[in-house]
Amino acid sequence: MAKLNINGRVHDLKVDGDTPLLWALREAAGLTGTKYGCGVAQCGACTVHVDGAAVRSCATPVSSFTEAQKIVTIEGLAPNGNHPLQQAWVALDVPQCGYCQSGMLMAAAALLKDKPRPTEAEIRETVTNICRCGTYNRVVAGIQRASGQTGARG
Amino acid sequence: MTQQITATRRGFLATVSAGLGAFTLGFPIHEADAQLAATTPEINAWVVIKPDNTIVIRIARSEMGQGTLTGLAQLVAEELNADWSKVTTEYPTPGQNLARNRVWGDFSTGGSRGIRESNEYVRKGGAAARMMLVQAAAAAWNVPVAECRAVNSTVMHSATRRTATYGSLAAAAARLTPPTDVPLRDPKDWSIAGKPLPRLDTVDKTNGKQVYGIDLKMPGMLNAAIRDCPVFGGKVKSFNAAAAMARPGVKKVVRVGETAVAVVAEHWWQAHKALDALAIQWDEGPNAGVSSATIAAMLNEGLTAEAAFVGNSNGDAKDALAKSSRKVEATYGFPFQNHATMEPMNATAVWRPERCEVWCPTQNGEASLAAAAEAAGLRPQQCEVHKVHLGGGFGRRGWQDFVRQAVTIAKEMPGTPIKLLWSREEDMLHGRYHPVTACKLTAGLDAAGNLEALHIRISGQSIIAGIAPQMLQGGMDSRVFQGLAKGGNEFTFGYGVPHLLIDHAMRNPPVPPGFWRGVNLNQNAVYIECFIDELAHAAGKDALEFRRAMLRGAPKQLAVLNAVAEKGNWGKPAPAGHHRGLAAIMGYGSYVAACAEVSVSRAGELKVHKITAATDPGHAVNPQQIAAQIEGSFAYGLTALMHGEITIKGGRVEQENFDTYPIMRMDEMPAVESIVMPSGGFWGGVGEPTIAVAAPAVMNAIFRATGKRIRHLPLKQADLRHG
Repeated sequence: MAKLNINGRVHDLKVDGDTPLLWALREAAGLTGTKYGCGVAQCGACTVHVDGAAVRSCATPVSSFTEAQKIVTIEGLAPNGNHPLQQAWVALDVPQCGYCQSGMLMAAAALLKDKPRPTEAEIRETVTNICRCGTYNRVVAGIQRASGQTGARG
Repeated sequence: MTQQITATRRGFLATVSAGLGAFTLGFPIHEADAQLAATTPEINAWVVIKPDNTIVIRIARSEMGQGTLTGLAQLVAEELNADWSKVTTEYPTPGQNLARNRVWGDFSTGGSRGIRESNEYVRKGGAAARMMLVQAAAAAWNVPVAECRAVNSTVMHSATRRTATYGSLAAAAARLTPPTDVPLRDPKDWSIAGKPLPRLDTVDKTNGKQVYGIDLKMPGMLNAAIRDCPVFGGKVKSFNAAAAMARPGVKKVVRVGETAVAVVAEHWWQAHKALDALAIQWDEGPNAGVSSATIAAMLNEGLTAEAAFVGNSNGDAKDALAKSSRKVEATYGFPFQNHATMEPMNATAVWRPERCEVWCPTQNGEASLAAAAEAAGLRPQQCEVHKVHLGGGFGRRGWQDFVRQAVTIAKEMPGTPIKLLWSREEDMLHGRYHPVTACKLTAGLDAAGNLEALHIRISGQSIIAGIAPQMLQGGMDSRVFQGLAKGGNEFTFGYGVPHLLIDHAMRNPPVPPGFWRGVNLNQNAVYIECFIDELAHAAGKDALEFRRAMLRGAPKQLAVLNAVAEKGNWGKPAPAGHHRGLAAIMGYGSYVAACAEVSVSRAGELKVHKITAATDPGHAVNPQQIAAQIEGSFAYGLTALMHGEITIKGGRVEQENFDTYPIMRMDEMPAVESIVMPSGGFWGGVGEPTIAVAAPAVMNAIFRATGKRIRHLPLKQADLRHG
């Protein structure tokens, strides 16, 4: 069992303590927007926020989290999916297959929380998630647009 | 998109409610047809119009990120004169295609064929539906058809100022006999197709609602993890089922064929962890001694072997080379690559003695159906496959190994839905790898520095020999010559060379090959375009002018080359420390070129600043999505150039995850300027062709920056220090 505060609500999840947060979210809480890509914190598809910071959820067991920590997944990023990043992603048609985009958006949202107007170089250094479709330049443009900087379709 | 699945007497009924309506998954075929007929008038196989004017366009090809779903919908909507804001899409099932005599044609999604090979019949589907809607209105109003117009999902009769929406006409139109003569619009008159419209499938990909195969949920579903023998050709010797069964949540241990063992558990993580407890012992079989070194030796022998399949020739290259006063020679190599789709392979299956259903992300739904039937021990008519959005494909999901495995496991637990998901490690160890080849190029230059004779000897793996040897022609695999072929409208070698010989010594190591985005165009473009650059340098000529002189017979290839040279500022001063390189080729029916701009520090650190890319695909259905495909193909191609390499040791792949198989990330991605320049008159692909010019353009720029010729990928092996 694990007691976790996810998207503003406390959940009692029936999982073994060694279950990575990712799998607790996907299989016990039913929040499948957070994706499995590698299981070793390399690709970032599993990125969620823990107390506002971007965390790769695939490599940390639920037993290391407490009820006091606020976990936010893509489903809880913004009511109605209207976070400025989500709006920018739609405006610029950022996703291709889309599989990595939940993690991309969560990593980008954490960056903007830290640094509301990041430079292009800061974006490229900070968001290290893998996208096999190669949406990188539109991701950069999306982050710039969401932060009020010009983000032409790219 | 929310997904609810309820058990019914007959099986599973899955209702996926999307923003604009509902579409159904999982009906037995006749039930699905009855349901469609009752609620949604089908004008024809491609077009369904609901009473509320929602248009459902059926898409037979798979959407895996490449934008085909939106592009095909644009083509149908164009001819339908549809209100684009009312357009939604759905996938017909492979079972329905089988039951309806393949009314939707080929489901296979690969080879950049999605749009170029189905454009005509889907446009006719849209046009025929429009004609029937107009005919229905004309009949209702008792006016001549010729006096009615269809505009934006409405039929109008100006003289009597009458209008009727498609939704109100659909039921009557559906009862009409389809027209036989269906003219299509000239692409220059397009108003929906040809426009940079937003994709239809973006919103759910930004909020976690998009359902991929890995996300499927069904009542009573169990999760399976699998371990297949890591040594190619090896088998399971023994395993400890009891130890795995003792682990939390584990329900069953299933041996899958001769080579694999699966664990079925309540949660996937439990199944995955229990695999270790199996302590599987392998019989490693005949390939345990195979390594990258033994494969390299095999290929090396082929470079000078006497016997080879000739793919393209004119004049007498061997004789001309023997007489040539100035010979240039170089040997190149291109290693195995893995697709590494972000969503690992998976499939969900439920088996009963009389019926088997599979839900899976697949690039070929009909092949999935055939594989499911075979593994289920049932006829295809007793099976059904429901296609689910793909978390990447790139060629990997044309294979059906994961479908066979899922059905084999499900068969051991009749009535229980089983979702099989591969770990990343399983995905890395059991790919269908980009084939390994080496290439020896020998050229003879005349006194004026013109290319007089060229012999290109490819040695290495044939995909067709590995996957469908019955398709070889007298032992030869013509697909090996992609981009180097004589004539045809797909992969034509563009350069005019007086004496030419391009041949292939087939050498097939025991590593399963597959179609990897761009396929053989990747290495062939590196071989020819880097070597042409070497020849221009040897002749003391400009790389652009040297190519131009030989492309007189290939005006479209010349045009894209000229476009990137101009936009990429070829021949003009570059920023300090920046150097440029060119490449151009024809593939998948399209003409593509790139001009790369790079810098390399004295310490050997490469930075690719920008790539200017041009493509002439004949017709451009959605230019902004073509631009996305160009950028994406560069990320894929440059990953192979910089990092990608699958190596073999002990008969197995050495790379098991992204830590040892690195993928290009955002900090390495260059700026990309895309020039989409459709010249009309033909239909070329867009998902793959441009991938091939990224690597050679960058490699040629590296030479100008460092004076070093890189002839083997990946660059992580190369020493780029200079100066």
